Amino acid sequence: MSARSARFLKTATLAGLTSLALIACTSNTPEAKKTDGNATQAAAGSGSNDAPGQKVKIGFSAPAADHGWMGAITKATQAEAKKYSDIELIVAEGTNDVNLQISQVETFINQKVDAIVLLPFDGAALTPVAIKAMEAGITVVNVDREFDSTFAARTTILGDNKGMGISAGTYVCQEMKGKKDAVIAEIAGIDSLPLTQARSQGFKEALADCGLKVNNRVAAEFTVESGEKAAANLLQAAPKIDAIWNHDDDQGVGVMAAIKNSGRKEFFVVGGAGSANVMRDIKAGNTLLKATVIYPSTQGADGVRLARLLVQKKALGDLVEVEVPRLVQLYAPVVTKDNVDQYLPTAFES
Amino acid sequence: MGRNLGLVVALVLLCLVGIITAGDTFATGANVLTILRLAAVIGVVSIGMTFVITGGGIDLSVGAMVALASVWATTLATQQMAADFHWIFMVSTALLVGSACGLVNGLLVAYGKIVPFIATLAMLAGARGLAEIISDRRTQIISVNPFVDFFGGSLIGVPVLVWLFLIVAALGWVVLNRTTFGRRTFAVGGNAEAARLAGIKVQRHTVALYVLAGLCCGIAAVMLMARTTTGSSTHGQLYELDAIAAVVIGGTLLSGGRGTIVGTVFGVLIFTTLNNVFTLNNLSISAQSVAKGLIIVIAVLLQQRLAARGSTP
Repeated sequence: MSARSARFLKTATLAGLTSLALIACTSNTPEAKKTDGNATQAAAGSGSNDAPGQKVKIGFSAPAADHGWMGAITKATQAEAKKYSDIELIVAEGTNDVNLQISQVETFINQKVDAIVLLPFDGAALTPVAIKAMEAGITVVNVDREFDSTFAARTTILGDNKGMGISAGTYVCQEMKGKKDAVIAEIAGIDSLPLTQARSQGFKEALADCGLKVNNRVAAEFTVESGEKAAANLLQAAPKIDAIWNHDDDQGVGVMAAIKNSGRKEFFVVGGAGSANVMRDIKAGNTLLKATVIYPSTQGADGVRLARLLVQKKALGDLVEVEVPRLVQLYAPVVTKDNVDQYLPTAFES
Repeated sequence: MGRNLGLVVALVLLCLVGIITAGDTFATGANVLTILRLAAVIGVVSIGMTFVITGGGIDLSVGAMVALASVWATTLATQQMAADFHWIFMVSTALLVGSACGLVNGLLVAYGKIVPFIATLAMLAGARGLAEIISDRRTQIISVNPFVDFFGGSLIGVPVLVWLFLIVAALGWVVLNRTTFGRRTFAVGGNAEAARLAGIKVQRHTVALYVLAGLCCGIAAVMLMARTTTGSSTHGQLYELDAIAAVVIGGTLLSGGRGTIVGTVFGVLIFTTLNNVFTLNNLSISAQSVAKGLIIVIAVLLQQRLAARGSTP
């Protein structure tokens, strides 16, 4: 949910209530949309969807919050659920043990919840129990890490890892302004993960478009100390750098520490994931951080909203299509000083 | 049953809380099976851990051994063999890998004279690293359907996983309480020097205990493979802590010489039921960890009282 629509939520809910009084709550008729459109611009089309409807019991389970982004997922999900009087959210303990996460989903099935929003620790490992939930008539919304069967979820919400790389690469190209001998460095996350490979692939392709390439590449492990180590090695290896893309803002805390220690200032840094402290640095403009690309930490919150729509048999407000889409892939925008205010409210604290 | 009275009371109390707060779901057959299925995997690991701890050792590598066994038993080569002949290949691979790791642990401790904490810490790092190398950190999906169908299915209304847990627990009880092997385990754990003077081959016995723990990890790996239809280097994370916690609150002395399989089973059931009750009531994520911590502290405090009473008869 964007900042503006959050601010207008109250108005939107009010508008929704008005339309509720006029028309049946599950209505998707054009008239209903028109009523909302008159009330407020920002929440146009979603007004009737925000109106309280049938009670929805949603179970939510995610991996352990051992990373700023993962912690933000659960927090954003809980905050979003609180905004709706018709949602009852049951949150299971965050865990990296697939055995425990499977039993949490089994417990949700026993509790006869209406929907399950699941960010699996391991998509493949949670697939069998997700299929079991779907067979029990429960709407499963898959978040961030994909199941390996299409029967395991009604809707899947994904970030865009390759898109992150493309966004970062395109931004670097713009800033280099045709400088052909620019030295570009990349600090990746855990190298063997498919998501890291996708990010690097996108970065490489976008750079190739303007005739640049990655000259120096190191990999960290998404933690502060690994970021510090990788960046220190990188700065040793490359005497002159023009731009660095760091995949992850959590490890970025360590990366910036290493850069500070080295006293180097000849390059700029683009972050990844989009943590609030990085955005504040970009806004202040007094560090080498000039931009970051977002990997939304609001995926779980979006999952809860879609689960609610699915159970209440409503459509996605601004689409003509009367069913909620099968797959929603979120965008990876570049955040710079110019547009940081738009993204700061939904950024995560690392 | 007398000395497990406290555990029975704790479990009954937990169940009462569950029935009062979420009776319509908690007291259903489906929910009981959910608790038992969760308890089964960690339960089998804990049975093996009970033997090692009773024998005066500790095994920090159980989670890593589960991961390595699950990965090794689901490689393309193993799955091909299983598909061509029988899924028993996957099962025996997992059991062999687990036992082999246990053997290395045992040899390092008994003959290498490395303290168990360090030897198994090395195995923890090594086995998980090897699992990552073999799997290239990717999740290996099991495509041998007969394997999944058998272990994921039910016999007489009870999941096969739960049967396996019951069988391992029953065998463990018989071996520990009704055989020479069991009596030697108590002797070695209580006082290794006295056991040696009494003619027990302490080193050989220690090796056997670690192999037993590794074998249990192999069985747990098979169960986890069936439950997730995958093998992965991330399986079994922190199982060593869960297992040690269950064994200790069950009443087995961390210093060795005293151990109880029944207590361990209750310990596992208490933790899994706690988990279930917290999830059913939508209680805070962190409160659950605090509750677990409290249970462990209370159990160990009680245990120390018992131990003190035991040493001054």
